[in-house]
Amino acid sequence: MTLGVITLGHYLSLGGILFALSVIGVFLNRRNLIVLLMAIELMLLAVNMNFVAFSHYLPLEADRMAGQIFVFFILTVAAAESAIGLAILVVLFRNRSSIDVSKLDQLKG
Amino acid sequence: MASITMNNTTALFYVFSAVLLLASFRVITARSTVHAALFLVLAFFTASCLWMLLSAEFLAITLVLVYVGAVMVLFLFVVMMLDINTDSFREGFWKHFPLAGLVGAVIALELALVLLPGFAVTQAPVDPALAKLGNTRMLGIEIYTKYLYPLQIAAVLLLVAIIAAIVLTLRERKDSRHLDASEQVRTKASDRLRIVKVAPTITAPKSGSGDTPGGAA
Repeated sequence: MTLGVITLGHYLSLGGILFALSVIGVFLNRRNLIVLLMAIELMLLAVNMNFVAFSHYLPLEADRMAGQIFVFFILTVAAAESAIGLAILVVLFRNRSSIDVSKLDQLKG
Repeated sequence: MASITMNNTTALFYVFSAVLLLASFRVITARSTVHAALFLVLAFFTASCLWMLLSAEFLAITLVLVYVGAVMVLFLFVVMMLDINTDSFREGFWKHFPLAGLVGAVIALELALVLLPGFAVTQAPVDPALAKLGNTRMLGIEIYTKYLYPLQIAAVLLLVAIIAAIVLTLRERKDSRHLDASEQVRTKASDRLRIVKVAPTITAPKSGSGDTPGGAA
C-alpha cells in the first residue's frame, strides 16, 4: 500500500475508522436517543462503504454487482428502521416527556 | 514506490475521507442535536462523493436522495418538533470518554490488523460491460431479474414501515366528527331497532251484544 494509489485497503480502513467513531458515539451519547439513532446510521454507512468498495475491486469473473445490490437493500431497511425508530421516539416523548435512555427503567420494577 | 505522485482520484479520496471523518466526529460530539443532524447530512453527502469515485453512481445518487432528502429531513423534523431539554444530555458525557475511546481504538486497530495486510488490491479491473451499459442499467438488470423476489420483499417492508409509523404516532382528536366505517359495517339490526311488545287495543264490550273483542269477520 503506497500513498499514491488508492487500494481496497484504503476504503476498508476508512469504513473501519467510521465504524469505530460511531461506536464511540453510542458510548458518549447515552442520554440522547436521537444521536444514538444517528450513530447507528453512521455504522450502516460504514458497512455500505465496505460493500461498495469490495464490489468495485472484485475481479471481473466474480459477481461484481452483488455488493451494490446488497447496499440497495440495506438502504431500504435502514430507511424503514429510522422511520419506525423516530415514530417510537415521538411516542416515547409524548408519554415520558424525555428521551433520556437512562431514564427508561420502568421494566426494572 | 513506483507511483508516489498523487493523481486526481487519490487527492479526491483523501479530501473526501478527511471531510467524512471530521463530519462524523462532529456528529457524535456536537453540543446541539440540530448541529449533529446537519453534520450527518454533510457526512452522507461526502460518502456519496466517495461512492462516485468507486463508480457506483446510482447508489451515490440514491444516498443523497433517500438519506439527505428524506431520512435527515425526518430527523430534523423530529428534533425541532420535540421540546427537548438539551442541558441534561451533556451530563456524564466526558465521564464515558476513556472507555469509549478505548473500545473505539481497539475496534479500529483490530479492523486495521485484519484489513490492511489482507486486501492490498491495487488495481480495480476495468469492466467492459460497465463502460457499455453504465452502472444504473447494470444494477437494474440484476435487480429486475435475479433479485426480483427480494425486491418485492423490500417493497412490502417499506409498506410495513409506513403503516407502523402512522399507527404509532396516530392520535385521535376528541372533537372530530368523522364516521368510523368499520363500526358502521359491524352494526347489527338489534343496535338500531328495538321491537316493543305492545298489547293490542281492546275495545270495551258493549252491553247486551255477544261480540268478542276484535271479533273475526
